[in-house]
Amino acid sequence: MVLLCVIYPLTIALAGKFSKGKGNGETISKNGKVVGYALLGQSFTKPEYFWGRPSAVGYNAAGSAGSNKGPSNPDYLKEVSNRINTLLKYHPGLSRADIPADMVTSSGSGLDPEISVQGALIQVKRVAQYRHLHEKAVVQLVEQNTRKATLGPEGVNVLKLNLALDQLQEK
Amino acid sequence: MNSEILGVIATYVLTLVIAIPLGRYLAKVFAGEKTWTDFLKPIENGIYKLSGINPNQQMNWKQHMVALLTINSVWLVYGFFVLLYQDKLPLNPDGNPGMTPDLSFNTIISFVVNCNLQHYSGETGVSYFTQHFVLMFLHFTSAATGIAAAVVFFKAFRDKTTTQLGNYWEFFVKSITRLLLPLTVVVALILTFNGTPASYAGKDQFISLQGDTVNVSRGPAAQMIAIKHLGTNGGGWFGANSAHPLENPNYITNMTEAISQMIIPIAMIIAFGYFIRRKKLAWTIFGVMTIGMFMLLIPTISSELGGNPAIAKMGITQTTGAMEGKEVRIGALATSYWSTITTIVSTGSVNGMHDSTMPLTGAWQMLGMMINSFFGGCGVGLLNYFVYLIVAVFISGLMVGRTPEFLGHKVEAREVKIAAIITLLSPLLIMAGSALASYVFTNYGDANWAVKPGNWLNNPGFHGFSEMLYEMTSSNANNGSGFEGLGDNNIFWNVATGFVLILGRFLPIIGPIAIAGLLAQKKYIPESAGTLKTDTKTFALMTFAVIIVLNALSYFPALALGPIAEYFTMLK
Repeated sequence: MVLLCVIYPLTIALAGKFSKGKGNGETISKNGKVVGYALLGQSFTKPEYFWGRPSAVGYNAAGSAGSNKGPSNPDYLKEVSNRINTLLKYHPGLSRADIPADMVTSSGSGLDPEISVQGALIQVKRVAQYRHLHEKAVVQLVEQNTRKATLGPEGVNVLKLNLALDQLQEK
Repeated sequence: MNSEILGVIATYVLTLVIAIPLGRYLAKVFAGEKTWTDFLKPIENGIYKLSGINPNQQMNWKQHMVALLTINSVWLVYGFFVLLYQDKLPLNPDGNPGMTPDLSFNTIISFVVNCNLQHYSGETGVSYFTQHFVLMFLHFTSAATGIAAAVVFFKAFRDKTTTQLGNYWEFFVKSITRLLLPLTVVVALILTFNGTPASYAGKDQFISLQGDTVNVSRGPAAQMIAIKHLGTNGGGWFGANSAHPLENPNYITNMTEAISQMIIPIAMIIAFGYFIRRKKLAWTIFGVMTIGMFMLLIPTISSELGGNPAIAKMGITQTTGAMEGKEVRIGALATSYWSTITTIVSTGSVNGMHDSTMPLTGAWQMLGMMINSFFGGCGVGLLNYFVYLIVAVFISGLMVGRTPEFLGHKVEAREVKIAAIITLLSPLLIMAGSALASYVFTNYGDANWAVKPGNWLNNPGFHGFSEMLYEMTSSNANNGSGFEGLGDNNIFWNVATGFVLILGRFLPIIGPIAIAGLLAQKKYIPESAGTLKTDTKTFALMTFAVIIVLNALSYFPALALGPIAEYFTMLK
């Protein structure tokens, strides 16, 4: 018991001190202040930011959960339909076929830090407009912040993208 | 999409590359042959000395079972009280409260039996002390219990006629020192360096980019997540289990966790072959299990990648598959793969929410748990398979008109009776449990419990029934995953699943060990031309047929009422 409950976890905790974030989880700072965790999604509702995925827990990182809605649940399907309508409203000219599934469904943890590349691209026009930036510059930023992958899917970390966006505008 | 397919293939190939040599190594360790890990002997001897164990004392199968049950009972009592009073114990930086008696009852049983059904949420329900000194501790011991039981079973078939089946404590200790602990250290380090927290710091607070105040739960999670997979336990640190970005930070960790939950169950089959010197038999078993696995995996992938038909009707194309309850960094394909392996090997950890998967996926997940022996949990998977094997031997024997034999021992009425009872136990527990739950739901909807029965389903209609059926199936299989929409933290579910858990764990261990013990005592009959060979393709097919027929007959009606009915309503 001593071996399993004390020596083993302490060894790992000690090793963790040498990892990024010192075993506490990697944080991201802006102007010296912590604005979030690299791995945890956060809520973005303002139009000048890229939005993350819908979350069943409102991105409250003191808890975590998916919606656990079944695929045929009528209330759930109504919710999805509302999300589609909201996206269409804020993005004039967007067609339904272009909306990726991840932007209208909630994630398993409620804290998904990423959206699909397509999910970011459909928001470019809106973000560029609100920030008076060139669409091209914003698209470029999305590309720079895309996590390329040889194994597994690609994705865009929403927090890092938004941070880069803020920096771009400050220049 | 190509990178996703490549990812899953790489995961599976790596699993085999690690598991097969591991199996050979395990056979050596448990046979007491020389291995490169012998430098750990002094630690083991220290443990034996401290606990007053003589590792050379031989036990028969009954003594083994007494040892197994005794030590497990001690943990039950110890853990129950820690959970109850965790608020008064140290290492509770977030100030989480003690558990209610019924929740504590359920949680402790669930962790002792290697199920890890979690009716609490890691962030708010337990302290760091509990996580380490009860839950993580039991992750190790429950896995070791299963492995040790399987080694007893190995022993029974190694020698021709014997009652001397080795020492339980030796198998148990070695499972931890030679297998679980070293592997766990490796996996925990991989997780830590990929971003999973490992320190004892409590909740953190920060102000987000757009100005919201956010609290973050953390803690020494990497240590527990490593063993939760290696030991096919599945009980996560955070509520969302391996869907949580801190519990499963990226695709590499996802692969690591998926690989680590499969290697020991596969290695045990290989070890069995080397240990009893019948490699061909082990490969036959491996073949049947692999075919079974792919028969569940392929339809799962196809239904998940197809996306939700109801959302497709709204004009969304879903090129990435059904994404409700899934994470972008993992993707629908890897989540489907995980959902299959976690249900067949009885891990029960999830990297996406099973409640939100497509109806037929739900059916495959449940079927995987009902069969519970396509690799199955650490050690116990092989024991479950053995029960099917005995039934197959018996039926084949009847078909050819001979006394059935297995590895040179006559299988007689007593053994077949035990096998039959164990096979019938699962449907009884699952069906009776689900029936009782449905009855309470419809007739006592207003009962004044923590969650009123009328409110305990998160989804209406057929899917609601699936939630209850899944919970009972998962408990009986000691799996631990759930259709988590179910409001299960109340006295009914805590107590009902508590009993299902304990029966579904120990009877399927005692049964096969008893059969093996009884067979081993019998006179050895040398193989002749008339012997039924159990390592041929024909017999493999026979076993496979027995598994399918038994499970289809037992569970089809229930599955038809839940996922299959939901599937057809969605086609409309």
